[in-house]
Amino acid sequence: MSEHDYIPKSKFGKWFNDRLPLLSLASHLADYPTPKNLNYWWTFGGILTFCLITQIVTGLTLAMHYIAHADMAFESVEHIMRDVNYGWLIRYIHANGASMFFLAVYIHIFRSLFYGSYKSPRELIWIIGIIIYLLMMAAAFMGYVLPWGQMSFWGATVITNLFSAIPLVGEGIVNWLWGGYSVDNPTLTRFFTLHYLIPFLILGLVVLHIWALHVPGNNNPIGIDIKKPSKDTVPFHPYIVIKDGFALLMFTIVFAFFVFYSPNILGHADNYIEANPLVTPAHIVPEWYLLPFYAILRSVPDKLLGVIAMLSAILILAALPWLDTSKIRSAVFRPLYKQFYWILVADVLILGYIGAMPAAGLYLLIGRVATAYYFLHFLVVLPVLGFKEKTIPVPLSITEPVLGGSLNLAIAKNKESLDK
Amino acid sequence: MSDKKPERREFLFTTTYALGAVGVGAVAWPMIDQMNPDASVKALASTEVDVSSLTPGKTITVLWRGKPVFIRKRTQDEIAEARSVKMEELKHPEKDEDRAKDPEWLVMLGVCTHLGCVPLNDRGDYNGWFCPCHGSHYDTSGRIRKGPAPLNMEIPKYEFVNANTIKIG
Repeated sequence: MSEHDYIPKSKFGKWFNDRLPLLSLASHLADYPTPKNLNYWWTFGGILTFCLITQIVTGLTLAMHYIAHADMAFESVEHIMRDVNYGWLIRYIHANGASMFFLAVYIHIFRSLFYGSYKSPRELIWIIGIIIYLLMMAAAFMGYVLPWGQMSFWGATVITNLFSAIPLVGEGIVNWLWGGYSVDNPTLTRFFTLHYLIPFLILGLVVLHIWALHVPGNNNPIGIDIKKPSKDTVPFHPYIVIKDGFALLMFTIVFAFFVFYSPNILGHADNYIEANPLVTPAHIVPEWYLLPFYAILRSVPDKLLGVIAMLSAILILAALPWLDTSKIRSAVFRPLYKQFYWILVADVLILGYIGAMPAAGLYLLIGRVATAYYFLHFLVVLPVLGFKEKTIPVPLSITEPVLGGSLNLAIAKNKESLDK
Repeated sequence: MSDKKPERREFLFTTTYALGAVGVGAVAWPMIDQMNPDASVKALASTEVDVSSLTPGKTITVLWRGKPVFIRKRTQDEIAEARSVKMEELKHPEKDEDRAKDPEWLVMLGVCTHLGCVPLNDRGDYNGWFCPCHGSHYDTSGRIRKGPAPLNMEIPKYEFVNANTIKIG
């Protein structure tokens, strides 16, 4: 950004920019050279920014009416739903917004997995992303506790009890988290505080995520390094802005469908019953976006090992840039990886389904196989594939295959130019 | 003389860092400890329960420190079943004699030792309790027999104040 030679036109603009180079930053963002072959899978970064802002705005307005107290929380949520002007709308946007946020983040992550966006030199973007994802899960979990319904209460009990698996200090940590000997008012008030804090932490990390992205620039569907600016790039504004905007519009249609036509389909009816510490609902299930990890937790018969397996399933992603030994980024040129990629997608979907089912019989068996395969993919398949796989030759630039006619012709030409 | 000076400097740095660390710790600890159970929570230490209405085979659930406590008047069959189990069969070996001093009365925390759900009465493969969350089975002594829970359900401190009243805590 420092080498950027933007000079504002107006005298005031120049005066301001010399003292605080905000206009230079805006110009950097607008002119930023972007690969011209970015497809719609690349629009989810913008969509996620929209989701974060939506959650912050609706969350702030809900906080004006919500009361974080064990005796009043449940009623205050009903008060929001029935009495507060447009309270129902704001709450439904916020509740479904969490699901939309995760939907978008999963597409964003799986796009990265397909096109190898996590590989050098983008490891830090990826790791910051994983931290954001972890914070999102923490925020979503604590947010779900706030209405103080049955699922809130028992979800909080089960998740905080995960820490009791830690040898020796586990129980002390759980009592510290609760501020008592069970989930109760002190737990609710601290969860509210943290739920309020985390989105702003995420916002800060998003800035780092984008900053780190703007060092090497975007990856692209064919996963090659490109010169920027060049024939292979277009400026971010207006090209990507319009494309992102259109995708966002499509996304908000889906969002609006949930908010207006089935606002409770992603929730659980049990959460409209006020929290009762004496009765556990017959079937405790987390929100859909946590189900695959819940399935991993339940598929291990030992308490401590189950917790370790669940945490590893997320943390293993941070090591992905080093577990994947292939030099080729995009799955387009990796015929075997492409197949394993889709098997992994299926595996995660199966885990999600198993997480929603009771942990017994055939479900348990399938869950165990799927859990084993999940780790196998990252710990065995990816490292080995990098050495064994015969990849398809990669074009030298985005433009070349297009100008050279068919892809094969272009590849032949690439070989020629490489041989020279 | 010139050799001595850096040593003096290093000593000063080390002591400054050490004191600084103590200072940071002293400020951080109140921030961390404020989250621990407070005096008002700790004050609710005991509960007295009237159990005169219980007939054999019946269980009541009372709240103690925000947690459910099961008080069950056991039938002779249940007692016999609990006492006949061999220690080798148990995941967390505890004699029923130690868990229920008065064999008729089983008083325990109704909290699954897996992840803290409340198990259901008269269910499961061992005629005791069954936790619906992750499928742990407990026997008629509240001992873990099958499933992911690592320990038996906890026995709190309790005593009979008189024939009809149990004081928990």
